[in-house]
Amino acid sequence: MSGPGNKQCDTGDGYSFAYLDEQTKRMIRRTLLKALSIPGYQVPFGGREMPLAYGWGTGGIQVTASIIGPDDRLKVIDQGADDTTNAVSIRRFFEIVSNVATTEQTAEATIIQTRHRIPEAPLQEGQILVYQVPQPDPLHKIDPRENETRKMHAYAEYGAMQVTLYEDIARFGRIARTYDYPAMVNARHLMSPSPIPKFDNPKMENNPAIQLFGAGREKRIYAVPPYTSVRSLDFDDHPFEVQTWKGCCALCSSTVSYLDEVVTDDRGGRMFVCSDTDYCNKRQADRALTTETGGIVAPDEGAKL
Amino acid sequence: MSAVRKLQQRPVLLEVSGVSKSYGGQVGCLDVSFSIRPGEVLGIVGESGSGKSTLLACLSGRLQPDTGSIIYDMKDRGPVDMLLLSEPERRRLARTDWGIVHQNPRDGLRMDVSAGGNVGERPMAIGARHYGNIRAEAQDWLQKVEIDLTRTDDKPRTFSGGMQQRLQIARNLVTKPRLVFMDEPTGGLDVSVQARLLDLLRGLVRELGIAAIIVTHDLAVVRLLADRLMVMQRGRVIEEGLTDQVLDDPHHPYTQLLVSSILQV
Repeated sequence: MSGPGNKQCDTGDGYSFAYLDEQTKRMIRRTLLKALSIPGYQVPFGGREMPLAYGWGTGGIQVTASIIGPDDRLKVIDQGADDTTNAVSIRRFFEIVSNVATTEQTAEATIIQTRHRIPEAPLQEGQILVYQVPQPDPLHKIDPRENETRKMHAYAEYGAMQVTLYEDIARFGRIARTYDYPAMVNARHLMSPSPIPKFDNPKMENNPAIQLFGAGREKRIYAVPPYTSVRSLDFDDHPFEVQTWKGCCALCSSTVSYLDEVVTDDRGGRMFVCSDTDYCNKRQADRALTTETGGIVAPDEGAKL
Repeated sequence: MSAVRKLQQRPVLLEVSGVSKSYGGQVGCLDVSFSIRPGEVLGIVGESGSGKSTLLACLSGRLQPDTGSIIYDMKDRGPVDMLLLSEPERRRLARTDWGIVHQNPRDGLRMDVSAGGNVGERPMAIGARHYGNIRAEAQDWLQKVEIDLTRTDDKPRTFSGGMQQRLQIARNLVTKPRLVFMDEPTGGLDVSVQARLLDLLRGLVRELGIAAIIVTHDLAVVRLLADRLMVMQRGRVIEEGLTDQVLDDPHHPYTQLLVSSILQV
């Protein structure tokens, strides 16, 4: 994120840099500062209409538009992939309105806007991860009254959330929740990590990058500053566990990444592949490089997708 | 009388003085004062609209009275005026040291959470994080209120009215409160279920030494449960004393009317 200098306010053609007007960006940056100072606390903000339907990332896009500068390099992912509809259109939107460089490589990006995943490659200091959040309040399903859930957050009354995990164990013998897994931030505020798989929850803990969460329809912003504790809720005798797979990625043979199941034909054929396309492509390229000396041509596996 | 003398020696648990609450020009309750000691059961009777439920809501922190003071002997801090207590402290008190049994179980239960989860919520709210222990404690309480253990994982909406009411009692008593507020605990139940519930309540209250304030319009309920009785009319307390004394020898004309209007079978 480069400082908002005067030059970027005026793009020369009468339009504001990065779509939003300067007053709106100022308001959202103030909200972000408050969110960063109270980790996990949902700060209300005056969400604007964006050229995008609610549910497609209006919250994330406003956060990105407020922090992006001309020197930034943007990566947008949806379900881990760079080439899905949501990711492609949001990336093109910022190419048009801010003219910033874009990338598909996690390590090169300064801002990563994401839906449903945290990249597999570890994030670095100076990087910003922007989440698109459909439902910011984890207590919403427990008590639909907003004034009541605000009190529960204010007084740290989170027993009812534990009851939902209890119910899972009573019914299924284990905590069956697999995504949007509630976590305590900085040992104070309960946070919904947006619909990322619980596989990604441990990555939020002590992460060197800044993590910003924008909910456009609910008009809330919250944040996890770098190196902050994020503990997933659990029981002493049923500790938090992430998903595991029996096999490995069919394309890059990774055994440590989050795998998507892909149906390949109508006769029951299926394969498991990394959901993070950048991570998978990089591993395939590395493998091709090492096997080149053996004279084996890298198989054309990407075409299967 | 020796039992009463024994009660008198223990320090006051809840001291209510001059509590009034009005809704605009309408009087809810007017200048109500009384005190209750640990292990004592106080009944409040009166017809509909006499201010019983308003008084109970004021005492249990759900309504803010206009005047008066409510002093409660807190476990770790001694006597504290409830009206000066901050909201988080009051809410914490209400889910640990107090219990509130609503007339309609739907108000006091989570209908889409299993019976075990309903009972376990209070322990989890005060920091219990061991599933096995929480479940064992919940089942212990389900047993105490005579709910079959095979129903532990069933939702309360599949329960009968009497079972729901017993579940609500278990949910409240699991943190071993010292004071329980009950608003028409037997309302809407048929007579035989009422009798069993009263029997259970009497046993639990005596066994655990819980102080209770029971609001009801059913004189049979207070006859069975309450040590002392307050009769309310138009927001005022018009007569109070030992239950048997008030019911067998009513002084105030309204109390006489109330007692004489019980159907004799």
